[in-house]
Amino acid sequence: MLNKSIAELNHALHTKKISSVELTQFFLGRIKQFDTELNSFITVTEEQALQAAARADAQLAQGTAGPLAGIPIAQKDIFCTQGVKTSCGSKMLDNFIAPYDATVVKRFNAAGMVMLGKTNMDEFAMGSSNENSYYGPVKNPWHLGYVPGGSSGGSAAAVAAQLTPAATGTDTGGSIRQPAALCGISGIKPTYGRVSRYGMIAFASSLDQGGLFAKTAEDLAWLLNVMAGFDENDSTSVAHDVPDYTLTLNDSLKGLRIGLPKEFFNPSLDKEIANAIQAAIKEYEKLGATFHEISLPNTALSIPAYYVIAPAECSSNLARFDGVRYGHRCKNPHDLEDLYKRSRSEGFGKEVVRRIMIGTYALSTGYYDAYYIKAQKIRRLVRQDFDDAFKKVDVILGPTTPTPAFKLGEKTSDPLSMYLSDIYTIAVNLAGLPGISVPVGFIQGLPIGMQLIGHSFKEARLLNTAHVYQKATDWHTKKPEGF
Amino acid sequence: MEWETVIGLEVHVQLATQSKIFSGASTAFGAEPNTQACAIDLGFPGVLPVLNAEVVTMAIKLGLGIQAEIAKQSVFARKNYFYPDLPKGYQISQHTIPIVKGGHLDISLEDGSTKRIRITRAHLEEDAGKSLHEDFHGMSGIDLNRAGTPLLEIVSEPDIRSAKEAVAYLKNLHSLVRYLGICDGNMQEGSFRCDANVSIRPQGDLHFGTRTELKNINSFRYVERAIQYEVERQIALVESGGKVKQETRLFDPAKNETRAMRSKEEADDYRYFPDPDLLPVRITEKQIEEIRQHLPELPQQKHQRFMEQYGLNTYDATVLVSSGALADYFEAAVIASGNQTKLTANWVTGELSAALNKFDMEITQSPVIATELGKLVLRIADNTISGKIAKTIFESLWNQQGTVDDIIEKQGLKQVTDSAAIEALVDKILAANPDQVADYRSGKDKLFGFFVGQAMKESGGKINPQQLNELLKKKLQ
Amino acid sequence: MSLTADDVKKIAHLARLSLPEEEVALYMQQLSPILHFVKQMNQADTSQVEPLSNPLDLSQPLRPDKVTEPNQRTAFQAIAPQVEAGLYLVPQVMEGEDNYVE
Repeated sequence: MLNKSIAELNHALHTKKISSVELTQFFLGRIKQFDTELNSFITVTEEQALQAAARADAQLAQGTAGPLAGIPIAQKDIFCTQGVKTSCGSKMLDNFIAPYDATVVKRFNAAGMVMLGKTNMDEFAMGSSNENSYYGPVKNPWHLGYVPGGSSGGSAAAVAAQLTPAATGTDTGGSIRQPAALCGISGIKPTYGRVSRYGMIAFASSLDQGGLFAKTAEDLAWLLNVMAGFDENDSTSVAHDVPDYTLTLNDSLKGLRIGLPKEFFNPSLDKEIANAIQAAIKEYEKLGATFHEISLPNTALSIPAYYVIAPAECSSNLARFDGVRYGHRCKNPHDLEDLYKRSRSEGFGKEVVRRIMIGTYALSTGYYDAYYIKAQKIRRLVRQDFDDAFKKVDVILGPTTPTPAFKLGEKTSDPLSMYLSDIYTIAVNLAGLPGISVPVGFIQGLPIGMQLIGHSFKEARLLNTAHVYQKATDWHTKKPEGF
Repeated sequence: MEWETVIGLEVHVQLATQSKIFSGASTAFGAEPNTQACAIDLGFPGVLPVLNAEVVTMAIKLGLGIQAEIAKQSVFARKNYFYPDLPKGYQISQHTIPIVKGGHLDISLEDGSTKRIRITRAHLEEDAGKSLHEDFHGMSGIDLNRAGTPLLEIVSEPDIRSAKEAVAYLKNLHSLVRYLGICDGNMQEGSFRCDANVSIRPQGDLHFGTRTELKNINSFRYVERAIQYEVERQIALVESGGKVKQETRLFDPAKNETRAMRSKEEADDYRYFPDPDLLPVRITEKQIEEIRQHLPELPQQKHQRFMEQYGLNTYDATVLVSSGALADYFEAAVIASGNQTKLTANWVTGELSAALNKFDMEITQSPVIATELGKLVLRIADNTISGKIAKTIFESLWNQQGTVDDIIEKQGLKQVTDSAAIEALVDKILAANPDQVADYRSGKDKLFGFFVGQAMKESGGKINPQQLNELLKKKLQ
Repeated sequence: MSLTADDVKKIAHLARLSLPEEEVALYMQQLSPILHFVKQMNQADTSQVEPLSNPLDLSQPLRPDKVTEPNQRTAFQAIAPQVEAGLYLVPQVMEGEDNYVE
């Protein structure tokens, strides 16, 4: 059951080598065994999981089961799950039992997948280390003294430690790709609009996009087939055909034009990461791809633009948490203002408060043009950079992060240095493009990742490019010891 | 000093949709608290707005109705502030790029002339919920049924110069939105709400004075009273050396005065920005054209047509087009009357309107249907009945005692036009009143009415008055 | 870009966050470098650039005007902090201080 791909699990279930209940019990057992240490789950839904598994077994017996039926998955605790606590990593929602399912959850449930539980995350998805969770930090399975990355750190760690075959995540500035890289697994952030945001608690609405973690690009393709698609409940979801992503996985890379942005390979990039990327480039050359230097001149400006836009949107998105209809409410408020201020300050953690304050400032009278509008203009420049690049190349390749995982506590006192670690991922969110991170090597036992960026709705090409690489290499098969 | 009043009006029109602007919850009025507030209206985590197609169509209709420009692309923004009846902590509204720009509405002034009031813009937005002030152990209750109800805010230029003009503008706008079928116009239920920006300036001055914003003026009567009071207050204030303060004032109808509201502290920092959950609303020329094709005849066009087609005066035409239903009633009645336009208009604006008013009924609830009223007019015109008898028949119609012809038949109300019969009656009356005949013949002309009265009394009012007059004159010579 | 104590207090109030006096200096110290950092944006000449607020260049989708949401008050209010008679309760909102939507 360990080290099995989704295709293999599907085969085992359909040929009755194993039942979904057995498979589910196996992973629930691993969660019990290992998660006290890792802290990758906020809620484990054992009872519901076993019921869902039994339903999947019935479908498998009747021959009505779909390709993902009976396979376990973990949901990032940012996706609303009916009847199950949906905390978003925050004290604010510690008591929030969602009265509805997110569209993504509905889709996986309808496909017969078995939800094992809700994974830990940085509060409201704000963070790059998973240290901003009300439920405590998640540990990196490769080294328990290190961060797993964030904000989807729980999902990444759970997949890396094989507590679940797959998990969902969300990516606003790198929150899937960065933890995937730091935990040595594969993660995809689809094109903005490809996956419904309905029921996914908003951080920055124009940047947030749901995505996935799994061991391999092939697994991601199986899962994305179910996750992607138009949702009439999300005005920003796009009615664009969803191809079968598994069909093109093995397409030849002969003639594939891969772009290398010169801004990604600058002196601040860790030498060993640069070497690992060079090795991957050689591998791709063997597979028939050609390489081209490109320029994304506004890359450096994408971080400041992002740290205006994302906080601005979050300051407004998080205004609904006011202690009136749900969530944390302070004790004995003496007037309305007291209700708001104490409920919010008691419910939100420090990083969330910082971002709300920055965003409020950036939108306030006298600063709106200099901050918010300026950032939106930079955003167009960033998008233009990519549009220009994709006239010359099919895929853009680079490192996912400038360094491997850092130590727990290393950057908590310096928010700005934490922000700067998102340098390679943020521009992709500003432009709304799809990105994938796959394992590409190790530095002193810590995994590092390679990022592939595609043009809008070219997820099939990204998955194909990653899969062919994974067939030729074995980084993705390495597993952390002790799990 | 002579003062000039300057008024601009902001009207919130509640659009007559089934569901809310961004959710599938019902907009019906008067439901149990919070039973029509879905997860989107309540601002639950993760939920998203999706725009109701009908509100876009309705906004376009209004735009066409006021000859405005329909924006090819309009943008929803968030207006951020905290209030318990504003569940998301922001109101979704169109800020910098509204769906309707420019336009105008013409009003008739008392001297018979017409004045054009320019309209600045109209934009779509969502309504807030309601705070209930009954005391719940020192707390307030929040009902969010109204949250997310679609509103179209229509903002006029400061072209209005008196409370009367303001009322005329509002009545025209009220009539227009009901014609267009985009609002039920129910002011008690808040479907048509008005705020007024009022300032004064010395007559002839080109600069605007400091304005106050009047709220809670949700009837035509209140609008007039509130503005009148506010203008007098401002004049008295300025003439006694004071200064008008820019503020929001609430009208108190019981005391007939306006008073300053406690201001929201950071009223001017709403931190507007484009709502990232919604994309720009794009409207094509084709869409606009399609809606234009299906637009009903509007009050001003109908007014013009009624005067030309039916030869009505401007007063009758104004009354008849004040609501589409009344105008439709009139037109149906005219056909049934055999095209007796003036007489039909008199009956609709006279007898019928009086009866409706008396029982506080709408034209659509009238127990007398249009074709019967028209038939009644026809029977007057073709001399079957007299105008006087017609009033009796109208009462019977109102009490649903049958059709016009049935009532005439059953109650024997048919007018007597047979000359021989009338002559016999006249002879009988003259014979019975020899003294009066003699007096009349000796010069007491006023006694003519006496004979008419006697004849009418004798016949139960059924004699054709014209024939009676002629015969009486002949016989009394 | 340095924030003053008044700036920090004003922002906290706008965002309805309580801010003990002793934390004002801490936020001045933490937020100022971030605001200074984002000012790097000024390196780019954007005078000829239109702002981009969403990566999708599409028109807002529209839904038909139909009532699709049933009454779920019981479920929604089961997780509410304080309700009575179907209403959400909050500290007194003074009469005459209604939120007149503008």
